[in-house]
Amino acid sequence: MKKVFSIESIDENLLLKFEGKMSLYEVPKYEKKLATVQTTSIKNITIDLTNLDELDTTAAIFIYNIQKEFASKKVTLECHNEKLLSTLELVQENMSHYSENIKPKKLSFLQKLGKIFYDYYDGFSAFIEFFGQLFASNLRYLTSLKNIRYKEIAFEINESAIKALPIVALTSFLIGLVIAYQSAYQLKIYGANIYIVDMLGISIFRELAPVITAIVIAGRSGSAFTAQIGSMKITQELDAMKTMGFEPFAFLVLPRIIALMITMPILIFVADIMAILGGMIVANVDLSISPELFIDRLSRVVAAKHFFVGIIKGPFFAFLIATIGIYRGLIVKDDTQSIGFNTTKSVVEAIFAVIVCDAIFSIAFTNLGI
Amino acid sequence: MQMIKVENVVTAFGNRVIHDGLNFTIKEGEIYGLLGPSGCGKTTLLREMVMLEKVTSGKIEILGKNVADIRRRDAQNLRRQWGVLFQFGALFSSLTLAENIALPLGEYTRLSKRMIDEIVAFKLSIVGLKQSDAYLYPSEISGGMRKKAGLARALAMDPKLLFLDEPTSGLDPISAREFDALILKLRAMLGLTVVMVTHDLRSIYDTLDRVAIIDNKQIAYEGTLDDIASVKSEFIQTFFREKL
Repeated sequence: MKKVFSIESIDENLLLKFEGKMSLYEVPKYEKKLATVQTTSIKNITIDLTNLDELDTTAAIFIYNIQKEFASKKVTLECHNEKLLSTLELVQENMSHYSENIKPKKLSFLQKLGKIFYDYYDGFSAFIEFFGQLFASNLRYLTSLKNIRYKEIAFEINESAIKALPIVALTSFLIGLVIAYQSAYQLKIYGANIYIVDMLGISIFRELAPVITAIVIAGRSGSAFTAQIGSMKITQELDAMKTMGFEPFAFLVLPRIIALMITMPILIFVADIMAILGGMIVANVDLSISPELFIDRLSRVVAAKHFFVGIIKGPFFAFLIATIGIYRGLIVKDDTQSIGFNTTKSVVEAIFAVIVCDAIFSIAFTNLGI
Repeated sequence: MQMIKVENVVTAFGNRVIHDGLNFTIKEGEIYGLLGPSGCGKTTLLREMVMLEKVTSGKIEILGKNVADIRRRDAQNLRRQWGVLFQFGALFSSLTLAENIALPLGEYTRLSKRMIDEIVAFKLSIVGLKQSDAYLYPSEISGGMRKKAGLARALAMDPKLLFLDEPTSGLDPISAREFDALILKLRAMLGLTVVMVTHDLRSIYDTLDRVAIIDNKQIAYEGTLDDIASVKSEFIQTFFREKL
């Protein structure tokens, strides 16, 4: 179908002639063409639609705009097609209230700053509230053994810990390997080969195994908590639970926290074994320290307290990871973006919290002489 | 002119057969309804028409193109000529209503910013939303409003063909009747062809020209609503009882 827009200008008269089909694909071209016309000396404008066959709403808006823009001049519309006229009428009806200045005002710098700080304050008080609720439901559900939901806890232990075992084991094995490999080179220079055992033992048991495990679990299970609970909130599953009288704290929150607190020390123990194994292999290959010698020295120089310091951190890290993950899940808003945002936040915050907690432990234990 | 032609369509998910040989055609300018009990595969058929799902066998032709075996360019061309309204609006949650509606306009045309703003305001106005709603996000509005905004987005490009999945469900009765009136008005002015899945009896009688009723994997009835009383189908007899 042909698409033509011709402009004829005679003295004070301007004729805008549209023919064939006019749709939103033609409008930009026509708009540009019209902008080139000198209209200051023109008094009469005729819009001729007699040969126009098709007109979509965008094109109708375009024509409506021409009429509005030249309202000070005399604009006549020539059109005999009922269908086109009704489209133009619909546009006129709906566009008569249109105003360009309805966009919301931009906030000033101070307003923005205030909003940011208020949001932080709001978030912080919401977190405190969450803690209060957690404590209250702890009191309610943990005071009696029959209130504890063993099945959910067992399920969560499997989901967030047993299934995480391979990745925790592999990560810590590689960390042990890398640490041993890097230090073996340095120790060889001084002929202090055997001290690799002391070094690996203390650094892995006290710091590396617990922190690496916590980071892996935060990335794997903490984020899963946020995503699961967040999507349950969007699909209104949480609301359904509440109306049926199932406290989400008892069903979703406590089992996850308890499960992670139980399994974290076990995961750290596995990480200890795997990291030491990695170190032992490097010691054997690079420094020719036999496994028997390695284990013998390990039991003599590395006191058991180092191992226990690492294990003790487990439940604390687990509590931080689980509460932050769940809290972030519960504050997900009713849109899909919010899940992604809160999952990212939960991992970042959990890792940060774990490292801060580790620093506090480090200072406390050192000052206590442990 | 035939807009849509459905020929011997069979759909199966694994062993479960949903459609077992469906046949019907939809003509230009028609408002066509897909009716049937829950789970009979109305929405699946609609999804097959808009190339979201594939038929197991048979073919669906839209504007003369077989959608099961279509070149990318033709498919893109088709997609520009239709608008789809999903059951819950399916608005992009990271964009405001205005941005949702402006998205296809900005991507596919070279319209000026000012023109797009005006088109957005117009589309919002015809579906019954206020101009001030344009700057809200989908999470800030009600389900009914999301649906209206979804329709505004489906209409953004002035499509020739409109697919609606339960357009009036979740709307208040007044909005639902306004919706019906709008569909009829747009059809009269722009020659729109509409395919809709619906359960709303009022809407069915007020807007639909012809219907296909899917029951028991097959078309139980196809045609205008006038002769529907004669059909021996339990679903039809129960569903249309009040009006028969």
